[in-house]
Amino acid sequence: MRYKIEIQSLSAWFGSKQVLQDITMRIKENVVTAIIGPSGCGKTTLIRCLNRMHELTPRAKVTGRVLLDGEDIYGENVDPVTVRRRIGMVFQKPNPFPMMSIYDNTVAGLKLNGVTDKKRLDEVVEKSLRAAHLWDEVKSELGKSGASLSGGQQQRLCIARALAIEPEVILMDEPTSALDPTAAAKIEQLIRILAENYTVVIVTHNMQQAARVSDFTAFLYLGKLVEYGSTKDIFENPKSELTEKYITGEFG
Amino acid sequence: MRSYRFRKLEDLIMISLAYAALIIALIPLASILVETVSRGLPAMSFSLLFEEIPPLGQSGGGIGPAIQGTLIVVTLASIMGIPIGVFSGIYLAEFRQSRLASAARFLNDVLTNVPSIVLGIFGWAFVVVAIGWSVIAGAIALAIMMIPIVTRTTEEAIKLVPLTIREAAIALGVPQWKTTLTVVLSSAKKGIATGILLAVARISGETAPLLLTILGSRFWFSGFTQPTAAIPLAIFNFSQSPFRTVDLPRAWGASLILIFIVLVINIILRYSTREKYG
Ligand SMILES: Nc1ncnc2c1ncn2[C@@H]1O[C@H](COP(=O)(O)OP(=O)(O)OP(=O)(O)O)[C@@H](O)[C@H]1O
Ligand SMILES: [Mg+2]
Repeated sequence: MRYKIEIQSLSAWFGSKQVLQDITMRIKENVVTAIIGPSGCGKTTLIRCLNRMHELTPRAKVTGRVLLDGEDIYGENVDPVTVRRRIGMVFQKPNPFPMMSIYDNTVAGLKLNGVTDKKRLDEVVEKSLRAAHLWDEVKSELGKSGASLSGGQQQRLCIARALAIEPEVILMDEPTSALDPTAAAKIEQLIRILAENYTVVIVTHNMQQAARVSDFTAFLYLGKLVEYGSTKDIFENPKSELTEKYITGEFG
Repeated sequence: MRSYRFRKLEDLIMISLAYAALIIALIPLASILVETVSRGLPAMSFSLLFEEIPPLGQSGGGIGPAIQGTLIVVTLASIMGIPIGVFSGIYLAEFRQSRLASAARFLNDVLTNVPSIVLGIFGWAFVVVAIGWSVIAGAIALAIMMIPIVTRTTEEAIKLVPLTIREAAIALGVPQWKTTLTVVLSSAKKGIATGILLAVARISGETAPLLLTILGSRFWFSGFTQPTAAIPLAIFNFSQSPFRTVDLPRAWGASLILIFIVLVINIILRYSTREKYG
């Protein structure tokens, strides 16, 4: 198994406030990597650095390197737009485009980038919605507003939307935190299936979830990477006392 | 118990006051509408709409050229003013904290409050003096009037678009400028349309700047560098006429037409920007 992403001495700031300190870790291809840690420790910031979304915030700064297949995404001649097409993202709160139908939401990335071939769009819609396990629930009402779906369906629609541009990596920021247990379970199943073809990085607050879905786990505390290893090791055999305290729920 | 009753009474008084204020506000509005319709409707006729403007006091004829002139000048002003206004608004919303944006925002606010006659003088000094009384001069003066209104409402409408929508598009690999022009603009279109509407309605009824730029005319449109007629100017002239019995009904008729035009623009804009999923 090779490494898809290599994070090297990554630090990030909001203005003068440093929120990530010298993070170095390597993320394997076609596995699920979970990032856990207490609120405010920098989990969201970390994954936003991986697809160059962090720099969109005014006065935000990043240093260090992030290699995608060996090439630095912060390199001088790298267009962040290309990076974002290769590294898709699903947000904490489902955010389908409210003015678009389910169909248009699914292929929004293609349409906004000028793809008009109806046959190709039809194919991508079906393929992506099937991959997100939403197809059977919505196939007869693709013209309906994306916002008219339930929260769990909306989140799967957002996953389908991310898959439609055929990324290599999918970043998910607490994708189930706004959902009920049944909807969350569906997304978790989906994440396992996605890992067969994609490299998945998931941020979660939920220890059980991390244990259930991930192969590797990184524990982040106050902007520092405290421990990173196979999920089994982290949960059954943590090296750091801090990690142990966190996963046993002593703080967080 | 007593305090509960007291609170209910308080509620009742507040609601009554609010209703009273609303009614007081509506009285002048309603009476303007009723008066214009009841006086303007009898003056309405085919010839009023489609014939040339007669000299004051002379019967027959209509205000055809004035309707035509207003439509042309307002359209031309909109063609110039709306894109400039919308793009300035986009700029102000997207580059909120830049120095240029703060300066532009300030100038824009000042411009909003400049009396329209001053814009007329501006049009006169810079365009009329160069090429003469003309449609172009009038359209430029009105366009300058539209820009700050459209700019400000566009800026506000865009600021209301949730960051999550913008980020969703950017995370899909849509370039930032394209995100703004597609997803963000289409989420803000209702607010922007309201601003455009406000601006168009406002300039459609302007008289002062037109007096100094398009001058007025009794004849049909004869070129962009020529003077032209406009409904507000026709209303002004007819209402100042000494021949009240002949000309006053025409003024009311023209007023009704002006209100009608603004109403139609309103409906078209609302319809074309309505949300697909309400
Ligand atoms: N836009 C911002 N401007 C300034 N500071 C920010 C901004 N967003 C986050 N921060 C700060 O950066 C730090 C890390 O935030 P981040 O969102 O990455 O945490 P998190 O681990 O994702 O937390 P949570 O679990 O609550 O989502 C926090 O201290 C937060 O206050
Ligand atoms: Mg977060």
